[in-house]
Amino acid sequence: MATKGTVKGIISNLVIVGVDEPISQNEICYITTNETRLMAEVIKIIGKEVYVQVFESTRGLKVGAEVEFAGHMLEVVLGPGLLSRNLDGLQNDLDKMEGVFLKRGQYTYPLDEETLWEFVPLAKEGDTVTAGDWLGQVDENFQPHKIMVPFKMTGSYTLKSIAPAGRYTVNETIAVVTDEENAELPITMVQRWPVKKSVMAYREKPRPFKLLETGVRVIDTANPIVEGGTGFIPGAFGTGKTVLQHAISKQAEADIVVMAACGERANEVVEIFTEFPHLVDPHTGRKLMERTIIIANTSNMPVAAREASVYTAMTISEYYRSMGLKVLLMADSTSRWAQALREQSNRLEELPGPDAFPMDLSAIISNFYGRAGYVILNNNQTGSITFIGTVSPAGGNLKEPVTENTKKVARCFYALEQERADKKRYPAVNPIDSYSKYLEYPEFEKYISKLISEDWIDHVNEIKTRMQRGKEISEQINILGDDGVPLDYHITFWKSELIDFVLLQQDAFDDVDSVTPIERQKNIMDNIIHLCRMEFKFANFTEVMDYFKKIINLMKQMNYAVFQSEEYHGYEKQLNMLVNERKSA
Amino acid sequence: MATKAFQKIYTQITQITKATCSLKAREVGYDELATVNGRLAQVVKIIGENITLQVFSGTEGIPTNAEVVFLGKAPTLKVGDQLAGRFFNALGKPIDGGPVPEGKEVEIGGPSVNPVRRKQPSELIATGIAGIDLNNTLVSGQKIPFFADPDQPYNVVMANVALRAKTDKIILGGMGLANDDYLYFKNVFSNAGALDRIVSFVNTAENPPVERLLIPDMALTAAEYFAVEKNEKVLVLLTDMSSYADALSIVSNRMDQIPSKDSMPGSLYSDLAKIYEKAVQFPSGGSITIIAVTTLSGGDITHAVPDNTGYITEGQLYLRRDSDVGKVIIDPFRSLSRLKQLVIGKKTREDHPQVMNAAVRLYADAANAKTKQENGFDLTHYDERALAFAKDYSRHILAIDVNIDTTEMLDKTWNLLSTHFRPEEVNIKHTLIEKYWKEDE
Repeated sequence: MATKGTVKGIISNLVIVGVDEPISQNEICYITTNETRLMAEVIKIIGKEVYVQVFESTRGLKVGAEVEFAGHMLEVVLGPGLLSRNLDGLQNDLDKMEGVFLKRGQYTYPLDEETLWEFVPLAKEGDTVTAGDWLGQVDENFQPHKIMVPFKMTGSYTLKSIAPAGRYTVNETIAVVTDEENAELPITMVQRWPVKKSVMAYREKPRPFKLLETGVRVIDTANPIVEGGTGFIPGAFGTGKTVLQHAISKQAEADIVVMAACGERANEVVEIFTEFPHLVDPHTGRKLMERTIIIANTSNMPVAAREASVYTAMTISEYYRSMGLKVLLMADSTSRWAQALREQSNRLEELPGPDAFPMDLSAIISNFYGRAGYVILNNNQTGSITFIGTVSPAGGNLKEPVTENTKKVARCFYALEQERADKKRYPAVNPIDSYSKYLEYPEFEKYISKLISEDWIDHVNEIKTRMQRGKEISEQINILGDDGVPLDYHITFWKSELIDFVLLQQDAFDDVDSVTPIERQKNIMDNIIHLCRMEFKFANFTEVMDYFKKIINLMKQMNYAVFQSEEYHGYEKQLNMLVNERKSA
Repeated sequence: MATKAFQKIYTQITQITKATCSLKAREVGYDELATVNGRLAQVVKIIGENITLQVFSGTEGIPTNAEVVFLGKAPTLKVGDQLAGRFFNALGKPIDGGPVPEGKEVEIGGPSVNPVRRKQPSELIATGIAGIDLNNTLVSGQKIPFFADPDQPYNVVMANVALRAKTDKIILGGMGLANDDYLYFKNVFSNAGALDRIVSFVNTAENPPVERLLIPDMALTAAEYFAVEKNEKVLVLLTDMSSYADALSIVSNRMDQIPSKDSMPGSLYSDLAKIYEKAVQFPSGGSITIIAVTTLSGGDITHAVPDNTGYITEGQLYLRRDSDVGKVIIDPFRSLSRLKQLVIGKKTREDHPQVMNAAVRLYADAANAKTKQENGFDLTHYDERALAFAKDYSRHILAIDVNIDTTEMLDKTWNLLSTHFRPEEVNIKHTLIEKYWKEDE
């Protein structure tokens, strides 16, 4: 018998419910109004009054309405068939909903219960198994989807029987295990997990070190992210957050991409729905949508479900990581999530922290980023969740609570800069303020030396130093004038412009330039280092500018040309001629 | 609003503040409308039997024994073809002396469109203004505001855009609109003979500020009718959203909510998003495009209202007076249309994206040169050419009085590029240079 209560008060989406029986914090309940059931979550309990936040509009709700408690926290359904789906923040399948407009109280199951999956057993009878162990696998969009011992099953079990290879629906029993008391427990392909808890079904979480290629040069070369790494992209509006984020999600070398559109524009989600089914994954040649799951809680959808959406996305990512896959999770934007927390805390009349955000914002953000990572599973296979969140700082000011608290936990920082965006220097990632802490990891250095070349890290550091120097000189020129600084300064400045235009800037809308594989990035880097270390002879600073503009122009044409094509070599030849003209001795 | 026989009348108000009054009542729904001595009010808080009502026109003169009647519904609008050509106030009552229109009664502020039922916007809206069409192309289903100081001619540009855009309906939502501006819109639309495709919901500066909160929902409910039921292309003009936000802050203040940045409510982002996200392209052909105005104070875009708006809308347009040419221009640096990528080079000529970027980049070089000049440094030959280009570009392309088609804009820009620069200075793909570069004759 489910616990019941009645509505006592309503303030926007915060509802006060009177209950006589025990209730848990964060328990889910359903409020019945006009024959629709509105889902809500308990967020505060005072005596016999329970405060719940409703995931829908409370319009028309009256005092006295009946409330039924579900006895569990907010959970997601995990099983084969999640890939390619468009889900809302509470994991409802948006495609299954009727009508053009979202109807209140409409909840749809995220899996297909009729689909037959081609099951292959991996474990055998008599095996000792624990939560997260692989029992078998099915083929989901050409990826091996492991059927695991449910994460909720603590302790160890003995596999009593397992279904033979064949076609099964998600709800059919594919294995039976027995616990220490010999009680039999059936296992299907579906399991549930509360979203706010981390899935811990792995052996250890070592430091990540493998480069996760994104094809974006300012990331891969200058500020690399790794499999299982964390990063964040703060940027005022109009600095290209969305374009950069979409570029990463399209091009990253991940097995699964989970995109949480958290309180952002609906049209951006539509862009993904529309384009991903046609775009090709540059690594596998398959359609991008086949590896993608979209969690859409756009800005006009209920605020309370916005908070849930990032957790839903993270839990689904953890599920796929436990299968030994490389998952990339993108959340756009974590600021909207923080704002949802702020609205909730405000209605609860809690004492506010900085900028009226809740006091525990810092802890919430760091717990969430902590769920990402590279793991070694119980069977020694590895899996990873690389998490990149965007932050929308109020007023473009990076000294605000969400940015500051995220900076404490994320290892990569991609600062989008208004000034660069205004100058159309895209991606507008500030070359000096941005960083990747992975560059300092000895594990990463070892890995990247082997993957690319021994002197790679030195080259990256050289480029960063040159950019820094270039900026200093440009400031001096602004104060002293072109004639006020030595000619050498102009050469150094233009070398940094060369790095900026050729390596760091990238045209996300050009078919060729938008994706640069790491071998090609090495080629660009080699060319640039070669030019930067070269000595040139000039008579005056206008000569320097004119000359470097020609070089930049040629190298940009090379970037636009297909790698090693005839066109590419044509520009390369012109470049060499131009370089030899000016080479001093 | 006539009182019906079976409705219970309450006459004991327990508490009155500037905007709200409270009383004891039963069986009241959240968001439900009521009248307090004939003034419209809405339920904003229910604790047991204690009901708090927000009185739209303020509580001045309301006695503790005022008659309160609950209407059993949220705010509604009667939608139908009869709306066309009419002027209404924030409560949906005619202010043009005409009859109350007949139609289907729908609740305003209705549900959101399921994102999977949207279509990706792909239809260009041509305005003839090159600062918009060339650099910040608009697309139907887009939402975009003008960020402007109160002294800038945003209403004029908006009226021009509305009349030149090929749309079936234009819906004007005026919030805190100066009476003169209201009459300006009325005149411009009727002089253009467009009155029959325009619906207006107007709250002028003299009307109670809290009533403004209903304007966007009224306008968008009417827009949804024409876009969904009639598959029409609807353009919604909202001016000025800063007045709307001010009304939000008044209400939240009176409800004792903790203010966040710039004394705006913590829910400002969600409140604004609910409005702007009504912009949509339906697969059936109907669409809602929103062009809004957010007035700034002293050009400050870090204020909570423009800041939150910028994160919600698909770009923003800035006006600026260019003293070098003496004209108001669409500022190419801060202005942005996020949806332009969906149409430029696709619905327009292939060279559009690169020409657009090159010209803006060179305009930025001119801005740097100007700083140098102002600081008393010598200019290089390149700087001088950039400055000359900037003047021409500002006068012939960016000025708001330009009215030409996109191909002409592109040709003109190529002309300017080749007059002032050499091909290797413009950073455009070689294949395009070969095809479009205008050699000196």
